[in-house]
Amino acid sequence: MRWAVVRFPGSNCDQDAYHVLKNVLGQEVEYVWHKETSLGGAEAIVLPGGFSYGDYLRTGAIARFSPIMGAVKAAAAEGRVVMGICNGFQILCEAGLLPGVLIRNNNLHFRCETVSVRVENAESRFTRGLKAGQVLRIPIAHGEGNYVADEKTLDALFANKQVLFTYSDAQGRSGDASNPNGSARHIAGITNAAGNVLGLMPHPERASEAILGSADGLGIFESVLAGEAAVIR
Amino acid sequence: MIRAQVIVRPRASIFDPQGDAVCRAIQSLGVAVKQAHVGKCIELEIEGADPQAARAQLETICHDLLSNPVIEDYVLTVHEAEAGKK
Repeated sequence: MRWAVVRFPGSNCDQDAYHVLKNVLGQEVEYVWHKETSLGGAEAIVLPGGFSYGDYLRTGAIARFSPIMGAVKAAAAEGRVVMGICNGFQILCEAGLLPGVLIRNNNLHFRCETVSVRVENAESRFTRGLKAGQVLRIPIAHGEGNYVADEKTLDALFANKQVLFTYSDAQGRSGDASNPNGSARHIAGITNAAGNVLGLMPHPERASEAILGSADGLGIFESVLAGEAAVIR
Repeated sequence: MIRAQVIVRPRASIFDPQGDAVCRAIQSLGVAVKQAHVGKCIELEIEGADPQAARAQLETICHDLLSNPVIEDYVLTVHEAEAGKK
């Protein structure tokens, strides 16, 4: 599968994503600078974590106007896979490719730690290799991961099974104590209605090799690949 | 030259963690503040002499870039062109 990792000024998880795709999963990967207007035929696009444009104004607010975002929107409309991780999630929300917005953590702390994330829907393009209710150990590293949307939007996200991941404790139980940022209904990752655009605050690319303490994130990338293999077959 | 000012403030219905922290800091200094909200003030200078035309353009910018309507409201003030300046 051909992947593109988009680099914005201030991206800092681009190399991690590239490494996992290329060296761990043996995929074709290319970096694409945000000033480009083409994704070069990539079938899957990663908007990596970082602090694009220094998080000025709001996280992702300026990056969403980068020239490459036209191509990202077109790719999303065509049904190609788009994955926004952390700052990438923030950019996708600002770009209107995902509903809602991520604001300052309610506790004001920058949270950098490994958290438990429960799989809510294991039938999506990003989770089909996982099990519903499975608890993944994946790191977070953000100051603005507090997902906000109106009640109607939140209801729709759950009703349409667009919520793929929520924060939980190690046993998979939800609660304020295991919610690191105050995110509405403990949301950690959502897709668009069509299910091909994912945004998530946890960093699966930082948990894709046993040597890093967890390889739980790999299942998300592998789910995308499994789906692609199924289509080719 | 036209001058404009944009005030962006968090919606009252959205919890504002920064405002909350500022509120607590003020309280710790002995002032009985009940609430604080932290927004932004953006000051702009625009080429041209037609405030009406500038306003139309700036409304779009305020909506698309300077604020996020999901969580924020804005107030745009466009000042009349200053005489003798272009």
